[in-house]
Amino acid sequence: MEDDKDSELISPPVAAKKDALDELDSKVKKYLRGSGTDLEGLKDKKLKGQLAVREDLYGKSAKAAAKAEKWLMPSEEGYLEAEGLEKTWRIKQESIIQEVDILSSRKAFDMILPDLGPYTLDYTSNGRYMAVAGRKGHLAIIDMHSMDLIKEMQVRETVRDITFLHNELIFAAAQKKYPCIYNRDGVELHSLKEHGATLKLQFLRNNFLLASINKFGQLHYQDMTMGEMVANYRTGLGRCDVMQVNRWNAVVGLGHSCGKVTMWKPTSSAPLVKMLCHHGAITAMAFHPGGHLMATAGQERRIKLWDLRKFEVLHTYTGNAKSLEFSQKGLLAVGNGSSVQIWRDQSGDHKYSRYMSHSMVKGYQVQKVAFRAYEDVLSIGHSMGLSSILVPGSGEPNFDSWVANPFETGRQRREKEVHSLLDKLPPETIMLDPTSIGNVRPEKKKKEQPTKKESEAEMQAAIAAAKSAPLKNKTKGRNKPSKREKKKHEGIARVKRPFLDQQMKEQQQLLKKKQRIAKIRSCQNLFGNSSRSSSDIIS
Amino acid sequence: MKVKVISRSTDEFTRERSQDLQRVFRNFDPNLRTHEKATEYVRALNAAKLEKIFARPFIGAMEGHIDAVSCMAKNPNHLKGIFSGSMDGDIRLWDLATRHCVHQFPGHQGAVKGLTASTDGRILVSCGTDCSVRLWNVPAASLMGLDSSSNYSSEPMAIYVSKNAFWGVDHQWDGDHFATAGAQVDLWDYNRSEPIRSFEWGKDTVISVRFNPGEPNLLATTSRDRGIILYDLRLSSPVRKLIMQTKTNSVAWNPMEPMNFTAANEDCNCYSFDARKLDEAKCVHKDHVSAVMDIDYSPTGREFVTGSYDRTLLPRERRKHEYLEAVKKRYKHLPDVKRIVRHRHLPKPIFKAAALRRIVIDAERKKEERRRAHSTPGSRPIVPIRKKRIIKELK
Repeated sequence: MEDDKDSELISPPVAAKKDALDELDSKVKKYLRGSGTDLEGLKDKKLKGQLAVREDLYGKSAKAAAKAEKWLMPSEEGYLEAEGLEKTWRIKQESIIQEVDILSSRKAFDMILPDLGPYTLDYTSNGRYMAVAGRKGHLAIIDMHSMDLIKEMQVRETVRDITFLHNELIFAAAQKKYPCIYNRDGVELHSLKEHGATLKLQFLRNNFLLASINKFGQLHYQDMTMGEMVANYRTGLGRCDVMQVNRWNAVVGLGHSCGKVTMWKPTSSAPLVKMLCHHGAITAMAFHPGGHLMATAGQERRIKLWDLRKFEVLHTYTGNAKSLEFSQKGLLAVGNGSSVQIWRDQSGDHKYSRYMSHSMVKGYQVQKVAFRAYEDVLSIGHSMGLSSILVPGSGEPNFDSWVANPFETGRQRREKEVHSLLDKLPPETIMLDPTSIGNVRPEKKKKEQPTKKESEAEMQAAIAAAKSAPLKNKTKGRNKPSKREKKKHEGIARVKRPFLDQQMKEQQQLLKKKQRIAKIRSCQNLFGNSSRSSSDIIS
Repeated sequence: MKVKVISRSTDEFTRERSQDLQRVFRNFDPNLRTHEKATEYVRALNAAKLEKIFARPFIGAMEGHIDAVSCMAKNPNHLKGIFSGSMDGDIRLWDLATRHCVHQFPGHQGAVKGLTASTDGRILVSCGTDCSVRLWNVPAASLMGLDSSSNYSSEPMAIYVSKNAFWGVDHQWDGDHFATAGAQVDLWDYNRSEPIRSFEWGKDTVISVRFNPGEPNLLATTSRDRGIILYDLRLSSPVRKLIMQTKTNSVAWNPMEPMNFTAANEDCNCYSFDARKLDEAKCVHKDHVSAVMDIDYSPTGREFVTGSYDRTLLPRERRKHEYLEAVKKRYKHLPDVKRIVRHRHLPKPIFKAAALRRIVIDAERKKEERRRAHSTPGSRPIVPIRKKRIIKELK
């Protein structure tokens, strides 16, 4: 009742103002990048002042960024809402395509390529170009704006995976014996024979590292600027064909056939994390772009969501998945058999539920699903070619020209290449928590000496424990009451000894100190007397 | 069913004509930028390296003096004009832009010891060991590149003779007085042949004098008896005297914070003081390995340059590229960045001398520590370095 009254009392403009303030607050929180440092415990006043000024500055800049959002980010994200008895997951692609504008409706397509499949695919970071690889050696690059086929070729060899390097000009394909690097014109630039028969390839964009996992479960990292092999590690867990990079911290996740997920960085030969996620083999995995959420699918018909901060399972769902992928806005695509489901976190507590579903012609086998960045599009590589469907609300509506620009010109691309090379991160910066770079390691506190009372209490506790400790029953003759009593006393003495030693030591130190001080005092008295006597003489 | 998908028409996001500027869109969402801190760290590292690569402090030399240069003065009214006086009595005016000598004054009989220009830049005052102060007309036209020989006489405007040799001179800011340092501090007017005031505190020679840029009546002098003395011209007696353990060769006021001055000391360090609170230095600048001979502030008050008997110059500069500087500052405590930023390529003798000096300082510190450990607690208090070299302050 009271609530109702309150809501009546607040006049509409005030309520609107309050809403706007709340919205601004939530936006500011995003730009604050976590909470500020706790200055209460600091003893250094100068440092405290400096940090307080800096924190203030951070707060101001976050507020300014939140306010500028209105002007800087004009586009709004897509959505799909059901009306009445409709369910969003029952809405067919055909009806969505009818509703949206012509430009967007062209983004959904089916490409039937029956001969050289199944197909896998990869997008550039700006979502403009798509690289396609058919298992039987079909490679192609497509410009998704104009739907032009830039290059198509047939390498006449098994191709297991494909990935773009830093831009659309170069891509790497995992071929039968080893991965090869091609440029946009189809010229083979390098063949990376050291990697062996690679099953999966991933490119770490900020570090310019190409990570690959081969048939024998060996993980290779190669620097794509200098060509140097940065690391080569044995996973020791057998053949592995599930590899995914956590884009937030550039840690490589591997899914193994024993149900384990391991996470790797190039500077350590042992995995950073080893977790048993499923009873069956891992079939697919994906990382949320925020970096704290991982989805894994196991052969035993389970899909699990993991919290990577606590390494705990958040939710378990029933279902198979051949391919998993998170979108920029956090939608999860689950591809299995001939159907693809899109899950969404409706309530904000990572409880994913069905959002959309799409079935292809029966008999198609999904190989790979991939969201297109900065667009509401999901591309599916399957046994009969490629499909692309519209998934409203999956992409980030506003791009940043300096981060990834879908409308990049050649000059901008060259400029960006130089800048990204200047900002190339060394392999050491890959770690589980990249925000810890630049932090100061807290000073180790010296162990404080226990007070007299505490040590006394500790001794009493130890004695009591020794007294109550049960004695073993010994053989005849050794189990006499006198012997038992003696043993008990011995036990108590043994427990007491270290405490008594400590006490003795302290007493001796105290005595020495007292003697020293007494000596100094006597010296002072001596000098004091002599000076006084001399002054007496003078007077 | 309500549906909306992201749709971007190419026209809206690209430029219309090739003459137009490319359109730029921003989204400051932290989620779009991964590895923010690592990137910043790499940029800080690169900035520190680039700064070292492009550090080329020596711009050029101006040649012409026959004997050693003993003093220099800026012209407050012409940025590119600079005066220099040498030990053979020669005074020259240089054009910094072309690095040519624009004018040569007849100068003194003995060495020129002090030079200063009036605030309007028209009069140059020089003093020397020939016990004379000379006033010169500055040929402003010659700096502008005009021919000035027609209406310009090379004779001094005035010559004032005193009993003692002079060690330094400085002109009042926004006034027509100037002060000379010698056996005592003399205050002169352009139009009087005798000093209008004389000050003395102690019998030793005064070696340098500087007027405060903010308060025209305040001046600081340093003397042979290791003292720094502050005078106020409105009062009949000196204001304050500070005695340090070693001689101060020169002082310079901070032009933007006129209550602060920095003293160049014989003990290889420079001490920044607040003139209102002389009992401890605000900051001790250490880097030289030998006595600091002279000091001057930049007009911004943000950096100063010192020259030392160890034959080095140390400009203490700040602020170049704002972002890179900020990033560097943020990551300066990381070992790699710290190492590069701290590193200075030093001439070999300086490097060796610095190492030696470090050993000396360490030994002193260790000795002090041991003495403290073996004496009555409290009988040897810890004196901060900012106070250590100050003997006492007189009022």
